[in-house]
Amino acid sequence: MEIFSYTRAADAAQAVGAASNKDTRFVAGGTTLLDLMKLDVERPSKLVDINRIGLDGIEKLADGRLRVGALVRNSDLAHHATVMSDYPVLSQALLAGASAQLRNMATTCGNLLQRTRCMYFRNTAMACNKRTPGSGCSAIEGDNRTLAILGTSKDCIATNPSDMNVALAALEAVITVRGTAGTREIAIADFHLLPGGTPHVETVLGAGELITHVTLPAARAKSKQVYLKLRDRASYEFALASAAIVAEVSDGKFSYIRVALGGVGTKPWRSHEAEAALLHKPADVATFRDAAEAALRDAHPQTENGFKVELAKRCIAHALTRATQQA
Amino acid sequence: MDGKEKALDGKSTGGVTRRSFLSQIGAAGVAVTAAPLVARADAQATPAEMAATKTEKIENAMRIKLSVNGKPVSLEVDPRATLLDALRETLSLTGTKKGCDHGQCGACTVHVNGRRINSCLTLAVMHEGDSITTIEGLGTTDNLHPMQASFVEHDGYQCGYCTSGQIMSAVALLKEPCGPADADVKELMSGNICRCGAYPNIVAAIQHVRQRA
Repeated sequence: MEIFSYTRAADAAQAVGAASNKDTRFVAGGTTLLDLMKLDVERPSKLVDINRIGLDGIEKLADGRLRVGALVRNSDLAHHATVMSDYPVLSQALLAGASAQLRNMATTCGNLLQRTRCMYFRNTAMACNKRTPGSGCSAIEGDNRTLAILGTSKDCIATNPSDMNVALAALEAVITVRGTAGTREIAIADFHLLPGGTPHVETVLGAGELITHVTLPAARAKSKQVYLKLRDRASYEFALASAAIVAEVSDGKFSYIRVALGGVGTKPWRSHEAEAALLHKPADVATFRDAAEAALRDAHPQTENGFKVELAKRCIAHALTRATQQA
Repeated sequence: MDGKEKALDGKSTGGVTRRSFLSQIGAAGVAVTAAPLVARADAQATPAEMAATKTEKIENAMRIKLSVNGKPVSLEVDPRATLLDALRETLSLTGTKKGCDHGQCGACTVHVNGRRINSCLTLAVMHEGDSITTIEGLGTTDNLHPMQASFVEHDGYQCGYCTSGQIMSAVALLKEPCGPADADVKELMSGNICRCGAYPNIVAAIQHVRQRA
């Protein structure tokens, strides 16, 4: 691990003020950052510890929205009574991710910024445009079984590994960030960037900007929600394909539908194509299959991850079946 | 010469110090080479005495105060030291194990303020004022924690390397939301890997304690 200076911030203003240059990293749970610092993939010159700045509460706002502090741990968010009752897709997604120990450490803000598990990104001996811009992509001709099939570019096919982000995409969460110029709000759909020709730029966060909150829209009381995660083992494994569903059905037809996918996209993948194929259509298997086909129409598999196309389709259809069969 | 080496040389007299050499090897190398020497030098000392008598100069050291197994401890640590390394190398509490050092195996599981975490993925300097419990703080050989006794009774290990992490996880699990079934226990214990494959006995040991609670 490289030498760095360490500063403990007492509040958000101090944290933002201490983030003086682009080599500064905020450290919260540390589960991604320290892992990558040990591999010399992350080499910050300065760490600003934000664990003592507060922002660790969950608050229901007067208009019904739920405001989650950036430092709320994944386990606390998953087990929060309001999240379990009103946003079960988020609770399910969080509990499907990592291990109990890691969920006690990992934070809401940190999970939003979780880095890819692409083995070439994690290995400094290999070419990787995300880690070292312009060095090439070893994954495209390499071991790409777990990598993305949606939103890829000729420069990067790295998968966004988060489960939480997929649920937040289906729930249309809004992210509040604070920088030296003030605060701003960013819709989750606009927060993560496609790799394109600049895979090292993963979000719209500016240098020194700090995530302070994630806000969920008011609960949809009649909605059925499901997070379904398919993976190589039953637990403690990243998704090969996952689906987050928020659905409302009236008179046998979808009156509201949000579909987001994990494990297959270079960013948390909201599927407007699937939603268009479902809205106002009968909630039956034929429709589910149409939606699944639509969601994967633009899939671009690599040498070893072609199986993900059919896997993701079945994941969507199965998740929709589960959601619509809920009492 | 990479950036790290330059930085170290800039702060020393120009030569390669023992410390900078060990830093180059990395944490895993230090664990293998330094731990037995440290432990042997002060085998009878309490953790607090160990910290007080340690004379080796640590570059860029920071002082932190925390509680370990109910005792106040004041430590000088390299900001890069993980909580795991501080426990093992500085405090000689070697019951907590280093397995993968990347949060993938759970051998390093300890409790921080009553919650289980992977001590390999957190820096010691991040734990000012925290209360840490390690396997050494659970029970003694004459007075085992019920979970330790249950692991013995159910033969919940073979080589034993993962056992302290398994037990720290299992004790934390008792206070977490967890369904009654074996499958629920397996899910919440999935962050602790056992290469010997003692899983059925581990689950039995945990269920035994849960059912008697």
